[in-house]
Amino acid sequence: MSTKNPVPAHQGPLSPEDYDETLPVASSNPDKPVDDPGIEEHIERYTDANTAAGNRAYAQVVGMLALVPLLAIAFVVIYFAVPRDWYIKFGPLHSYAQHLGLGITGGLAVLLIGLACIHWAKQLMNDTEISDERHAMVSSPEDRAAFQKEFDQGAADSALGRRRLIGGALAGAIGMAVVPAVVVLADLGPHPGKGLRKATIEKTLWADGVRLVTDVNKRPIKASEMEIGQLVNGQPENLFDLHGVEFQQAKAKSSIVVVRMEPDRIKIPESRKDWQVGGILCYSKICTHVGCPISLWERTTHHLLCPCHQSTFDLGNSGVVVFGPATRSLPQLPIKVDAEGYLVAQSDFTVPVGPSYFERDSRHDYKDGDN
Amino acid sequence: MRFLSRRRRHPAAKPLALVLALFVMGALYSAMAPTTVSTADDSTQQSQLAKGKELFQVNCSSCHGLNGEGTPEAPTLIGVGAASVDFQMETGRMPMARPEAQAPIKKTLYTSEEISAIAAYVASLAPGPKIPSKEQYDTSKLSQEQIARGGELFRTNCSACHNFEGRGGALPNGRYAPSLMKTSDKHIYEAIRTGPQQMPVFAQGSLSDDDVTEIIGYLNTLHDEPNGGFDLGGFGPVGEGLWGWVLGLGSLVLVAVWLAKKGARAR
Amino acid sequence: MASRTQVVETSPALETREPAKPHALKGASGVLNWADERLGLASLGKKNLRKVFPDHWSFLLGEVALYSFIVLLLTGVFLTIWFKPSMAEVEYQGSYQILQGTQMSEAFASTLDLSFDIRGGLLVRQIHHWGAILFVASIMAHMLRVFFTGAFRKPREINWLIGVGLFALATIEGFAGYSLPDDLLSGTGLRFVDGLIRSIPLIGTWAEFFVFGGEFPGELIVPRLYMVHILLVPGILLALISAHLALVVYHKHTQYPGPGRTEKNVVGYPLFPVYMAKAGGFFFVVFGVLVLMGAFMQINPVWKYGAYNPAQVTAGSQPDWYMGWVEGAIRIIPPMEWHIGHTTWTWSVFLPGVGLMGILFTGLALWPFFEAWVTGDKREHHLLDLPHNAPTRTAFGVSMMSIYGLFWIAGGNDIIATQFALSLNGVTWFIRIALFIVPFLAFIITKRICISKQRRDRERVLHGGETGVIVRSPDGGYSEAHEALSQDELWTLTQHDEPPVLVASDGLDANGVPNGQKVSKFRASMSRWFHGYRVQPPTREEIAESQHHDEERDRDVDREVSSGAAPSSHPLERHSDGDAEVEARV
Repeated sequence: MSTKNPVPAHQGPLSPEDYDETLPVASSNPDKPVDDPGIEEHIERYTDANTAAGNRAYAQVVGMLALVPLLAIAFVVIYFAVPRDWYIKFGPLHSYAQHLGLGITGGLAVLLIGLACIHWAKQLMNDTEISDERHAMVSSPEDRAAFQKEFDQGAADSALGRRRLIGGALAGAIGMAVVPAVVVLADLGPHPGKGLRKATIEKTLWADGVRLVTDVNKRPIKASEMEIGQLVNGQPENLFDLHGVEFQQAKAKSSIVVVRMEPDRIKIPESRKDWQVGGILCYSKICTHVGCPISLWERTTHHLLCPCHQSTFDLGNSGVVVFGPATRSLPQLPIKVDAEGYLVAQSDFTVPVGPSYFERDSRHDYKDGDN
Repeated sequence: MRFLSRRRRHPAAKPLALVLALFVMGALYSAMAPTTVSTADDSTQQSQLAKGKELFQVNCSSCHGLNGEGTPEAPTLIGVGAASVDFQMETGRMPMARPEAQAPIKKTLYTSEEISAIAAYVASLAPGPKIPSKEQYDTSKLSQEQIARGGELFRTNCSACHNFEGRGGALPNGRYAPSLMKTSDKHIYEAIRTGPQQMPVFAQGSLSDDDVTEIIGYLNTLHDEPNGGFDLGGFGPVGEGLWGWVLGLGSLVLVAVWLAKKGARAR
Repeated sequence: MASRTQVVETSPALETREPAKPHALKGASGVLNWADERLGLASLGKKNLRKVFPDHWSFLLGEVALYSFIVLLLTGVFLTIWFKPSMAEVEYQGSYQILQGTQMSEAFASTLDLSFDIRGGLLVRQIHHWGAILFVASIMAHMLRVFFTGAFRKPREINWLIGVGLFALATIEGFAGYSLPDDLLSGTGLRFVDGLIRSIPLIGTWAEFFVFGGEFPGELIVPRLYMVHILLVPGILLALISAHLALVVYHKHTQYPGPGRTEKNVVGYPLFPVYMAKAGGFFFVVFGVLVLMGAFMQINPVWKYGAYNPAQVTAGSQPDWYMGWVEGAIRIIPPMEWHIGHTTWTWSVFLPGVGLMGILFTGLALWPFFEAWVTGDKREHHLLDLPHNAPTRTAFGVSMMSIYGLFWIAGGNDIIATQFALSLNGVTWFIRIALFIVPFLAFIITKRICISKQRRDRERVLHGGETGVIVRSPDGGYSEAHEALSQDELWTLTQHDEPPVLVASDGLDANGVPNGQKVSKFRASMSRWFHGYRVQPPTREEIAESQHHDEERDRDVDREVSSGAAPSSHPLERHSDGDAEVEARV
């Protein structure tokens, strides 16, 4: 059925306005196999030929437009008359009566204007298609020559040809004038030099003796009351002394999850033996990928999943990554028990929490298999 | 009495008597049943335990071991408490029909009496969370502030898995946090306390009974709240994007097709 | 005095007071006169008032974008009246009861007030958000239409670039917008952007501190995004949209091929009155549909998400759809990070986040120039390609769409896992692998579909259309009767160009002198890839021959019917004789 013939080498020269004549081409067929029949003949519409149909369309357009004022009045009535605590419950639709009423009347009113206009244009306006000439975008040679002349005159008038330094000086001047404009943006934020980094993104509220408390209800956590398989979303107790921006900034770094696992079913490296209290381990809640707070903890697999990008950390193995895009283990917070039996931190996190940044020294993060 | 005795041979008498007897039995049962557990004396407790053990060995032991000690297929039930059994069996999760990533909700095949018996037996193995009494999760007395606080607790502790309005969410390897839209108050309480399947335990120390009640109150109030129209599944932006493309752009394309189509011709 | 009278007499203003013939719309003439005397509108309008616009539904996708932008401006102004772009902490005391007494930012509190205490506020907020969804969706659909029909070719490359800019800005505008309410979802999005900015090598931390005015979240990001959202980006959008439209008018609209449609004309309805009514009406339709969507379809229920809290997150945290593909890429990329000395280079955030968006927008911007280079085509194009007549471009586009679509699915992998009872990790792995297979399959399949459509066109030209009428010939054979195509359809099916394929040349003539015809081997092979394989429409001779055959057969059949003899040629057999399909394989 299909015989693959080589396309015949191109017949006849291409016209200059067609292809770039300077390029060698393999084939081309500038002839059309069928002659252009020209724009199709206009055929009357049903609404043109049949007066009754025309009148019907006319009535439809006017009818649609006539509904709009009614809907607009209904809108105003609903706005003032329907109280905001009226609800409509209809199957899965459970919503505010006023909201729905305003939307339906307003929406239909606007929609009807549109439909009426389109119907009018389609059925009642003259629908003979017309043709517009197009001209090539390129200017005529005369126009180009005239432009060139004007340009040359302007260029000569500017004296730039003889006094060239002005051009360079102007470009340099404008270029340098941009520099101050950029520099005034330098106060967009504080400059994260080493000192500032140490005081901000590399520091949390945790310190020796800071109590672990539950988030929201701020209860200190008694080690003896933690059950196997229990998860606590925690915060440092001193967080709640802060307010506003400081509170949010501190919370974005200091949030923790505390979990209790059976000590003999998890791997605790030698160096972290005394970071935990009888299988109670505490980790940063801030994902090392882009910083979502994570608390989807699977009790039996000990995996902690981030709902944002599905990085999964093994809390039974010092928080190493087992799936997903995160690259670094979840930082673990060393904890101990105070005199009253409550969990407290031993120190701040040993590595910065949260997502990676360029200046971060990531050589001390825990890697699977470390001791 | 003459009225009754005269009609005792009426053709309808026997069926009616049967219905009456059934009704009386049913009424007696419904009047007695809730109290049997709490007011049972030692002997009924003993027989319940025996019945529970028997049911356990028939229905549960093949996976959980003859004495609930656990097997490689299933965890130990020693110390999980009556609340755990009540939750797992009333929601139909246990016994599982087949090994799966996670036990799905299905219609339970056991009567509440049987479940109580098994629960009592499992609770007798070792102390664990008890089946809560109605007062422990009674949301009717919550103030507006408490419900708002329940929202804070919900978003801090629950929404990461169960989504912002309790529609559920994905967990690794085919497991999932189930939807809470139709979960009863008691089952929410029991799940929080016992940590079914992969769910962590939230014990009294971190979420008190009042906290749990507030969470339940928040969920119930949230689900009764009106929406800004159809809620489109409550999945967040994924659903919204889908509906925006399909209904929004889709309907406008339909109008555009109508707009650009030539009207009916005369011939 | 006399000279003054003279001036008045020759004034054109006086002359127009006496119209040569009565106007159709009498009332308008006074206003038009007044305006013309001050603005000279008549000379401008005489050319443009009846400007022709061709009719096709796909030409309205861009209009949807324009109109949703107008709706966004209108509803956005309403929202600014009550919204407070401040991250100062307040205790909520509004009428949404189950958040009462909780701490939140003023931005979130004012969003709640707007939704629950301002009548119609919730409706307008939802219209605004649906408008944003629709705005970006229609931009994308419009862009695909322009791509697949080749409307970006000369002289419209500049307008394509403006369009790419509009697309990029629209996504930024959308992101800035949904970050404003400071609810849990928008805060999670900002947290993600914080991580994304941080990941930029060398300057990441500085960029983060500059954007957020310090450590995340700070108190400046919402006011800053507010400025970006209501002033900076809309201003640029407005300017670019104006330029985009001006160029559409200036270039005149492209048109689909059809009888009488040539490169030198544009056939359609005049702007006044038909297109004014159609386009104006369509604006109201878009507006009306958006209002109804705002009424019936809940979007971004911030009151359910709650205020942003850096220790909270919800399952199914996703960005709006137009950021979904970046989200997806970030979800499925395997971990990649370098630790060199005391520095960290975190590629698994930077590459899919910043890198992919860069690739998309750069790729889009460069395509017209790439295609022009490959084809050596320097002509103006006003007639559109039907997608199947440009098989390689279409296949390439579909292939790229498949990549975008896979990333998109990955962005919702958790929702897909729960809704279809699949494994989250399984979905992720499936997409990781599919990314290396599906684009190639999509390319091949699309190209084959295009080529078979070309074959079908060729068949139709040579043998006419199928009628569905089965004819029994006198000898008992059955065949389907074909009907001749109209001249209009014949033209439409054969009018398209057959672009030549470039051949490699060292650019030297016989004497070794450069002749400016240098074509590298690479360029020639790209040209072969792009144009080399296609079904050519029948030639004039082939069409003539097939028509001749038809007439002959009709005569044969007449004669055979009258004489009762067996037909010499079976109509179905005829399909394969004498019309070898010509495929260009250079």
